[in-house]
Order: sequence, then C-alpha cells, then structure tokens
Amino acid sequence: MLSELDITIIKVLQDDLPLVEKPFKLIADKLGITEKKLLDKIEEYIAMGIIRRFGATINHLEAGFAANAMVVWDVDDKRTKEAGRLMAQFAEVSHCYQRLRNADWQYNLFTMVHGKTREQCRQIVEKIARVVNVDKYKLLFTIEELKKSSIKYFT
Amino acid sequence: MSLPGKKGCVKQVDNIDRQLLNNIQENFPIGSRPYLKLAQKLGISEKEVISKINYFKKKGIIRRLGGIFDSKKLGYDSTLCAIKVPKSRINEVAEIINSIPGVTHNYLREHRYNMWFTLIAPCNEAINQILVKIKCDTGIEDIINLPTVKLFKINVYFDLNEV
Repeated sequence: MLSELDITIIKVLQDDLPLVEKPFKLIADKLGITEKKLLDKIEEYIAMGIIRRFGATINHLEAGFAANAMVVWDVDDKRTKEAGRLMAQFAEVSHCYQRLRNADWQYNLFTMVHGKTREQCRQIVEKIARVVNVDKYKLLFTIEELKKSSIKYFT
Repeated sequence: MSLPGKKGCVKQVDNIDRQLLNNIQENFPIGSRPYLKLAQKLGISEKEVISKINYFKKKGIIRRLGGIFDSKKLGYDSTLCAIKVPKSRINEVAEIINSIPGVTHNYLREHRYNMWFTLIAPCNEAINQILVKIKCDTGIEDIINLPTVKLFKINVYFDLNEV
C-alpha cells in the first residue's frame, strides 16, 4: 500500500522537525520533492491515520505531572468494550488498551493514569472504578522510567 | 531520569510558554511557516517561537517534535510485556532489554512483575523471537506477554494550564 516515496518520507518524518523558518521546505529539498508535495503527503498520512499526531511529545515528569500509575482492570469479557470506552473518556487517562489475558495475568484492561501526587492518582482511579462499576483492579505505580524512545520504522 | 515527586520545571515558565507547549502538542500547523503561524497566534515573533522550542528541547521538556506514527497502520505488531526481576539485577536486566531497538518504553513499577516494557516488531513471530532471546540473555523465565486486543485511547496530551 505504501510506495517507496511514502517510506522515504516516513523515515525522515521520524526525525525531529528542523528549527528553521521553513522546516518542511528543508526536508522536501533533501528528498528532492516540492514543499507542497510533502505537505500534501503529511495531510494524507494524518487523514489515513498513519500519522496519529503531528507535534511535540512532552516529558510529563519534567512538565510537573509527577505521579502516574498503570491501572490494570479485570473486567467481564462481555463488558470490556463499554468499560474501555468509558475509561477512555477521563482526561486523566492517557492510554487505554484491552489486552489478551492469560493464566499468569487475569487483568484485561489497562489504563495509564496521571496526577500530581500518588494520592491524586488513587482518587482518580476510585472515581473511574465507581463510574465504570469495576471492583477488581490494581494500581502499579511507576517507580522509574528506564527507557522512552520512538521506534525507527523501516530501518 | 526524573523520579515521581520531583518538582517539574514548567512551574517557572510563563503563560506564553504554557500556551506554546499546549499548541505544539495538538495543533502544530502543517504549512510552509509553522513557527510563524504559532508566533502570530501567541503574539510573539517567529524567532522567539524557535528559540523557545530550542530551549524546551535542551531542558528535556520536549522530547521530540515530529510525526507520531500508528505502528499497526505501518504493518507492525506491538505488545506489552512484564518480567520479574530480582532487585539486585535491575540495572543489568534493564540494560539488556533497553538495548533492543523494538523496545520503546520500559518502566519500573510497584509489583512482583516489576519491569514493564513495550515491544514493537514487524510481526508477531519477531516478537516471540525477541522474548526468547530476552529469556536466554537474562536467565529469567518469568515473562508475561500481553498483546493488544483493542486500543481505546492513546492521547499523550498534557494540559500545561493544569500544572
């Protein structure tokens, strides 16, 4: 589905956008295409969902959101869709996934919850538990970030 | 890396900075002069926008500025894994896991499964091979693999006005 040109563009867009007046022109020149072509392609990728978001990734720890927890929920299989959608609506929830449970791990919904303090995280989670009506859950507070990076696709 | 409880440094930045950080997370202009457009919105100069972004990057407040791709749409498979690591071996095991290019995130969490990492690879077979290699290199058999069934939300937007 992706052409060779697409893959070349996507490779370059994984790097940091240059901090010059015309950053897209600079990239386009390097690729040997026009600035307009590049901008059109980016819009196309956004429309197709290939690019989820274009912009800055903020370090939330440096930005003052000091506490966060991965919350794992054991939700009845028949209710996962409804529960996942409800949890996703909370602003304090940045990620919400359904994952395949197994013999060693009974929990099937996963949310990342952010707050200024651990106590605030706990309060948010209690609120979610009430609203979604789930009582089997666990908070796994983050102790330390060991790695955070972006994957380089097509390398 | 920063630990929970450490005071953030955005508290020292002003209102314009917050607005800029909010805007470039979600509404980054796709156009010929994106920094000029942001400048006009905030009532400052293009040069100021560029130098502020430069500063935030140096300070580590901005990790990256660019496209965030959907791994699934690019044909990649992803999963979340957890491994039980003895306290005395955390640094050593983290080094082994972090050295794998497909490992994008790795966190130490409060649980008997204490190390949680995300893994992206071109196919599930590649993911399984990487996990076998981790077991082999660390000597730890206790790894759980939790492939994504459904994504409900991924929105790493932080409203700096809330800080």
